[in-house]
Amino acid sequence: MKLAFQLAYKNLIGAGLRTWLNVGVLALSFIIIIFFRGFLEGWNHQAIRDNIEWELGAGHLVHNGYDPYDPFSILDGHGRLTQEQQVDLFPVLVRQASLYPEGRMLSVALKGIDGQQNLLELPTASFTSSNTKIPAIIGKNMATSIDIKEGDEILLRWRDKGGTFDAANVTIVKIFSTNVITVDKGQVWIPIQKLWEMTGLENHASYYVANENYTPSSLEGWNYKTKDDLLSDFYKLMEMEKISTSFMYLLLLAIALLAIFDTQVLSVFRRQKEIGTYIALGMTRSQVVGLFTVEGTMYSLFAMIVGCIFGLPLFWYLHTSGISFPDFYQDMGVSFPTRLFPSFGIQLILTTILLVVVSAAVVSYLPARKIAKMNPVLALKGKMQ
Amino acid sequence: MNQNIKMKYVTYILLAALLFVSTYSFKNIEINSNSNQNPSIQQDQISPKTIIEKVDKNMTSDTRISTMDMMIYGKRKNRTVRSKGYARGDKESFSEYLSPAKEKGTKMLKLKDKLWIYSPDTDRIIQLSGHMLKQSVMGSDLSYEDMMEDRELLDMYDAKILGTEMINDRNTWILDLVAKVDDVTYHQRKMWIDQERFVPLKEELFAKSGQLLKKTTMSDIIQIQGRWYPKKINFKDMLKSGKGTDFVLIDIQFDPDIPPYIFSKAALKK
Repeated sequence: MKLAFQLAYKNLIGAGLRTWLNVGVLALSFIIIIFFRGFLEGWNHQAIRDNIEWELGAGHLVHNGYDPYDPFSILDGHGRLTQEQQVDLFPVLVRQASLYPEGRMLSVALKGIDGQQNLLELPTASFTSSNTKIPAIIGKNMATSIDIKEGDEILLRWRDKGGTFDAANVTIVKIFSTNVITVDKGQVWIPIQKLWEMTGLENHASYYVANENYTPSSLEGWNYKTKDDLLSDFYKLMEMEKISTSFMYLLLLAIALLAIFDTQVLSVFRRQKEIGTYIALGMTRSQVVGLFTVEGTMYSLFAMIVGCIFGLPLFWYLHTSGISFPDFYQDMGVSFPTRLFPSFGIQLILTTILLVVVSAAVVSYLPARKIAKMNPVLALKGKMQ
Repeated sequence: MNQNIKMKYVTYILLAALLFVSTYSFKNIEINSNSNQNPSIQQDQISPKTIIEKVDKNMTSDTRISTMDMMIYGKRKNRTVRSKGYARGDKESFSEYLSPAKEKGTKMLKLKDKLWIYSPDTDRIIQLSGHMLKQSVMGSDLSYEDMMEDRELLDMYDAKILGTEMINDRNTWILDLVAKVDDVTYHQRKMWIDQERFVPLKEELFAKSGQLLKKTTMSDIIQIQGRWYPKKINFKDMLKSGKGTDFVLIDIQFDPDIPPYIFSKAALKK
């Protein structure tokens, strides 16, 4: 086997430009595949962390009538728990309302949250430091869409529990920046005590956010969803993304492997005298097949080295500096950071290496099988077979 | 696709507005022909309840058929849509678009607290009910329940006369109505009622905070079949910019014979 590696190495180096072209294409595939896998991993990690920190906590205890994806459920999807039942939970009440920026009407979800909470990253402490009648916080995305800044007042219209309209100015006391679009776009956050007063729904909540100490128990009319349950749609999206990007990997890999395959076919065809000599000198057919297979596989090892030379500094830079994306990417409706930090784990790199090396070995072996059927005498004479 | 959806929304808004006008607003502006023969009624002799009863009592004929133009003022262009409405009492109404071609054939039926919309494009009937009626009609000035409200004003509001005011050279009483039940859409209303003709000339709708939300202005009052009737009504959401929506009456018949099938779902697809 050692001999096979030595011969393969010498043959590849001796082939010159042909070898380095194959290695270059394969190295490029290596880098692109690892980059995209790292990109998805980074997005996955960041989005999950942001969602937990900004919206999910350890999970939500959701009123059975409330469905965050169904605006018609907001009206009746709320209830109340006793103080004992609210241990390690804090309430969020959701109501429908309309904002009137510059004479336009904009439907929003009006959300009440306790200013004292410190589980979520929402800057609710701004409520307590404000002395305005109705202090409100909104996300940067929302602020941009209605062209409003901190300290501005804006007219809000809502309905109380009987369905009667009410309207008043709210003051934007804080504009926060988040990657979690579901707490930003179309959302206005105000103190829950104020929302209870405005709507007459004292102590009601559409859902409660749980902290890590919360122990789920069966409560009639309420359904506990862990953070994984709440992230299930995102997980599905990531699975789908992984599958769809796999097609790109396969395409890239196919191009690189085609070059190796082509080289191998040419080698077997042009190096018949050499093959005959190996056999005449005592190598078995399978040893010769092994030699050619190792030679082909060695392209991927060279590609790995070349890929490391170019890829490592690049990946390190991207991992530490991140990749900037314009704000409109958040319009996709899922958490997408404006600066994404790809994550290049060791498992990711090793599995990619394994994938490329095994694939290269397979495409190297396939043309080399022909050697096993060669007549050594004819091969020595260099006659076409 | 989006354009089609938008057009559909506009159609629904207009149909909603038509039903609103035919089943709700006109009930405040129709007047018994006898009422205008009694100009001697003075503020100190009449209670707000009597005024509302006179307006209410005389506003609805058993049946009516009306044709009207709706003028929608957009930011870029204005549109005029003609429609025909049938009403029986204040709980049943049916309306159909006549023009433009895009909206022609779209129909809406209201029976008590239920509302159906028929779209000829899809050849389907959609029922709007429950919570959907609480929603704004696709962000328009009207909510579905604005047109679904068919309770008597006096069942929902305590009324008092705030004073008098001249509007377009007409003496009016200013009626102030404050909700006495919890489940009304508007906490307070102000109505300006012509003292001689018992026709409202203006109405303002307020939130609980006192914020003015909507305003309705009636003008071009004419006499039809012995009733004083506004030929033009303007609806305006006061929180939004724009001119609101104008409804111009083309033709109206009181107490005509309307076949009962008009007020059935079968008529939507007919």
